[in-house]
Amino acid sequence: MYIYDQYDHEILRQRVAQFRDQTERYLKGELSEAEFLPLRLQNGLYVQRLAPMLRINVPYGMLNSTQLRRLARIARDYDKGYCHVSTRQNIQYNWPELAQVPDILAELAEVEMHGTQSSGNCIRNVTSDQFAGVAPDEVVDPRPYCEIIRQWSSFHPEFAFLPRKFKIAVSGSELDRAAIQVHDIGLQLIKSENGEVGFKVLVGGGLGRTPVIGSVIRDYLPQEHILTYLEAILRVYNLHGRRDNKYKARIKILVRAMGPENFAAAVEKEWEHLKDAPSTLREEDIVRAKSYFTEPDYTTLDDASAQASLDQQARDNVPFSKWLMRNVRQHRVAGYASVTLSLKPTGIAPGDLTDTQLERIADLAERFSFGEARTTHEQNMVLADVRKSDLMELWLAAKEYGFATPNIGTLTDIICCPGGDFCSLANAKSIPIAEAIQRQFTDLDYVYDLGDLDLNISGCMNACGHHHVGHIGVLGVDKKGQEFYQVMLGGNAGNQASLAKVLGPAFEAEQMPEVVQNLVNVYLENRTEEELFIDTYNRIGITPFKERVYAKAS
Amino acid sequence: MPKLVKDGAIVDDTWVRLDKPEGDATEAKVPAGQVIVPLSVWKAQREQLKSRSDIGVWLDSDESALELGDDAKALPLVAVNFPGFMDGRAFSTARLIRERFGFTGELRAVGAFIRDQLCYLSRCGVNSFRFDDEAADLEAAKQSLKDFTEFYQTGVDQPQPLFRRRA
Repeated sequence: MYIYDQYDHEILRQRVAQFRDQTERYLKGELSEAEFLPLRLQNGLYVQRLAPMLRINVPYGMLNSTQLRRLARIARDYDKGYCHVSTRQNIQYNWPELAQVPDILAELAEVEMHGTQSSGNCIRNVTSDQFAGVAPDEVVDPRPYCEIIRQWSSFHPEFAFLPRKFKIAVSGSELDRAAIQVHDIGLQLIKSENGEVGFKVLVGGGLGRTPVIGSVIRDYLPQEHILTYLEAILRVYNLHGRRDNKYKARIKILVRAMGPENFAAAVEKEWEHLKDAPSTLREEDIVRAKSYFTEPDYTTLDDASAQASLDQQARDNVPFSKWLMRNVRQHRVAGYASVTLSLKPTGIAPGDLTDTQLERIADLAERFSFGEARTTHEQNMVLADVRKSDLMELWLAAKEYGFATPNIGTLTDIICCPGGDFCSLANAKSIPIAEAIQRQFTDLDYVYDLGDLDLNISGCMNACGHHHVGHIGVLGVDKKGQEFYQVMLGGNAGNQASLAKVLGPAFEAEQMPEVVQNLVNVYLENRTEEELFIDTYNRIGITPFKERVYAKAS
Repeated sequence: MPKLVKDGAIVDDTWVRLDKPEGDATEAKVPAGQVIVPLSVWKAQREQLKSRSDIGVWLDSDESALELGDDAKALPLVAVNFPGFMDGRAFSTARLIRERFGFTGELRAVGAFIRDQLCYLSRCGVNSFRFDDEAADLEAAKQSLKDFTEFYQTGVDQPQPLFRRRA
């Protein structure tokens, strides 16, 4: 994990001092509401429906146990004892006092954390694969590059007042778990034929009210050029992105208006001037970044015997075997596994964590996973490096603390924004819809039989719940002051990225469990043996689903 | 006389800024003395104005540094305008004027920018700051230039990124 040196600490200390001064000026009336707005946003502070919301960056999802304990303390001392894991791997507090935010940021700075650029029209926290460094299908570990990009983008003087927010995601594996096709910039690490490392560069993807799949503007960019190339993209966007209409200000609109080829040409032209500048990475710079993400101290283990005892435990204990099946995945290193702690038990807002739970995760991380944990964009937590022989013990502890719901990747592992219960942008509530659907599907065996099924819920078209890329997407809409829910089908966030299509007229909240049940029934009746929900949908199309749902509803 | 922050000090603003002409830029009258003319006037009257040493040019946020281009080098002053402080194009424009076109004279921010942007603007090569807001606290603004003293990225002020300077 990256460790701050005196430079990082000094820069962050200066940032906290700057924001403390800005907050004081605002409270004294010296800084207007409009002027304070982008300044507080760029420190993570929103003003929400009920109270401010503070978003804390978790760079590419990595947390250590010290940070987890500090997050817990902040939840207890400054909030109502809980926080929320966002769909961009960040942590959000829903109840801080504005005047106390500088103190919170100072507490975070002590553990090398901050809210810098976690919102506002600037380069946001870079996100990545929660299984970076441990996934068997990994080509290149993305984390050193994420850290290089994090430093480059933090306090970037030229790009702090962009036309709109800007999100970068990096993936280093064959399977894309970072949703790079729906980011403003998606970077895929690849190896050339002679083993050299570079990036495939996508731009102009995004969700929100105009969902777009990103376009590849460069098939291969040698790794050393990444920062100057990003600078060229950002400069073209900063100068030419629309500023007259905030709904048309994202880079995706510019890329579409210019055409991806012309946009790529403009970037290349700008890059001619920036290429080989001092921001070009030298071998030693990459080596230095990588030195923070070396392997933990793995023990040489006999995988066959560890697996054999695990199989025996699974045969003896059905609930444990279910958890193994859904929440545990293969690790690159023999004898180890990666575990996802589910933050989606029925009845809890998806992604919510109490102060005590944060401390429990810190304990579990120390006991079982070299003191580190990770947040996921699906709003769960991961312990990446667990010995297979420890899995039973970890499961028992996770069960006790409420993290062992064996539903990862299933219908009840719902991605869900905070929605109308908290967010002032929302048109409709989303958390109660997630809960109602979870309650419809309480039979675990039934849910397992459905297999992988992504259900994503957003409370408004800003799409924080990524509804466009859910196999089933749900969007809250407001019609004359009443909340309705539009249902979409066929979205996909991974390599085969696709955007969901609207099923038809929206539904009332009470209808939603039945609607989802009908969709599932159509799948069950039509699937072939090997098909997941998305496969069946792709084969038979939207019509059978539509006919069933609206026949019942009318 | 109005004041501004220049090179970290509060000084008199000796320049007059000409608004964009309503009509034909070739007809716009450019008075004697130190005058900052809009880009359109510079382009229309370039031949006459070039002989004067007291002419600066200001670019609005939707005007490209490329339109001024190499002309910048011979000017004593170039200004970048903020129609609103959220319009961040001037940050890129300033860098282009300094880094692409090698401008070494006074690079001035004008318009509706705010004190809290000074540090970043200065990193982009702006060295003088003339607030539209006459009530702006210039002493405080001067201090804001030092909001940060260390930076990760390159800038006009620091050509080496931190990763090359780290021990």
